[in-house]
Amino acid sequence: MSWTPAEPMVSIKNVHKSFGDLHVLKGISLDVMKGDVICIIGPSGSGKSTLIRCVNALNDIQKGSIKVEGIEVNDPKLDKLQLRRKVGMVFQQYNLFPHRTALQNVMMAPVRVLKQDKSIAEETARALIKKVRLEGKEDAYPGELSGGQQQRVAIARSLAMQPDVILFDEVTAALDPETVGEVLETIKDLAEDGMTCILVTHEMGFAREVADHIYFTDRGIIVEHGPPETFFQNAKDSRTKEFLSQIL
Amino acid sequence: MSYKTDLPVMLQANPHAPEPFLGLKLWHILPIGLIAIFGPGLAFAQSTNEAQSPLSVLLDWAPLLLKGFAFNLIISFCAMALGTIIGGILGLGQISLLAVTRHSSWFVTQFFRNAPWLVLLFFAMFLLPFEMNVFGFKVPFPDWLKAILGLSLPVMANVSEIVRGAVRSLPSGQWEAAESLAYTRLQTLWLIILPQCIKRMLPPWMNLYSILTMATVLASIVGVNEVMTLTGQALASEGGRPELLAPFYGFILLLFFIYCYPIARFTVWLEKKYAFIT
Ligand SMILES: Nc1ncnc2c1ncn2[C@@H]1O[C@H](COP(=O)(O)OP(=O)(O)OP(=O)(O)O)[C@@H](O)[C@H]1O
Ligand SMILES: [Mg+2]
Repeated sequence: MSWTPAEPMVSIKNVHKSFGDLHVLKGISLDVMKGDVICIIGPSGSGKSTLIRCVNALNDIQKGSIKVEGIEVNDPKLDKLQLRRKVGMVFQQYNLFPHRTALQNVMMAPVRVLKQDKSIAEETARALIKKVRLEGKEDAYPGELSGGQQQRVAIARSLAMQPDVILFDEVTAALDPETVGEVLETIKDLAEDGMTCILVTHEMGFAREVADHIYFTDRGIIVEHGPPETFFQNAKDSRTKEFLSQIL
Repeated sequence: MSYKTDLPVMLQANPHAPEPFLGLKLWHILPIGLIAIFGPGLAFAQSTNEAQSPLSVLLDWAPLLLKGFAFNLIISFCAMALGTIIGGILGLGQISLLAVTRHSSWFVTQFFRNAPWLVLLFFAMFLLPFEMNVFGFKVPFPDWLKAILGLSLPVMANVSEIVRGAVRSLPSGQWEAAESLAYTRLQTLWLIILPQCIKRMLPPWMNLYSILTMATVLASIVGVNEVMTLTGQALASEGGRPELLAPFYGFILLLFFIYCYPIARFTVWLEKKYAFIT
């Protein structure tokens, strides 16, 4: 079970997932190396969220294999807590804990889950809040922050767990256009720091700029993929072309 | 903000501006209550000269009746405390991941929620022994204790439903965020879910308390010395004078009203306040 950085950090092989009769993922395979930033794009309902939610076991899969640093997710004996310490996740709706301040949101999990010393966790949390450029908002409650600010707290909260890979599910989709930029900027910083990121996004300009690899999904399969330059310029599949022409 | 439950009190309050707590106009109620109690009494007093006036009879008995009422309140506190603790556990049982726990908690909840309170009280009265053997000691099991147990059963079932409803009303994103931060299920409940539920549970819980308080008089039927029982005894010892009925029972109504109405107002106030924040 020992994993080395020479192998993919996240390895998805022939994954199938159904909700009842609805076959949502129909054999998806992709690999993510340490430090890679990959973007998953595709029309609504194509299974993007479902796919990344399978990576941290929020959804289970019926067939195939997902390995995160050698841990098999599709294993009945899976220690979900151990997996989730390695995999962070940021949601479209932020999902901050509204009854806790920004600082508490960030430091709670390290204290309670990682059993970090409170003062150390607080120090780290303050540094992270500074990193996402929210100095001075430590004691604000989520309800007192703008969408973009909340999302940056959510990113800091995820970072506080020191994950090896972070999943982003359309994290700018619920934001006002003015605040989209500040969140994308934060993610770009992370990518430059070498964080492994799996992003579902509709921001094509951003994807082109930060992604090492782009995957286009439609109706539960990966239709086409490649590095951004070739992907955007020389899309071959008609579905990809149609999607890109609509969104660009 | 959707709050699925079949308790009418949990229906969304209109998010109008919250009025100040206890926008009570008690002086409105007092005169009416007083007229109800003393009006008939005074009318009779003029016709029967030699007998003591109903008002002064009532005043003579008032200290005892107040003691009886205090006993009602004690029963209500204890039944509420007991029902809340057990009901809280039962409510969490209803959202357990274990199907056995979930289904049996659901069954117990529904069973006691759909049983008449009086029948539950009778069950407690006549099925529980009058004393119990605890480590060889005979511990008496008085009627009032049985009444508390009997009344705590429906409270338990309703609290269980309040807890389940409040937990279900939170967006699933809260669970998912906590899960992805590797919280255990217990930590998620304790640190994330329940703290957010408290304010949603408070209004229906207080409403339940009001209903329970008024239901404590049911204990008179099974012979507990609470305010109704004492009133009956007082009336009997006064020779069953019919002109005493209205003032005596009116007095009890007034006691309950003065106690329960502020609670109802406070509940409304809380609902409006939280309709804003959540
Ligand atoms: N919990 C669920 N139960 C049943 N069906 C679901 C569930 N979650 C998603 N689905 C269905 O699975 C399909 C894929 O959903 P998914 O959310 O993964 O799409 P998506 O690519 O993320 O779309 P979008 O861009 O709109 O977010 C949809 O048809 C959706 O209705
Ligand atoms: Mg989605």
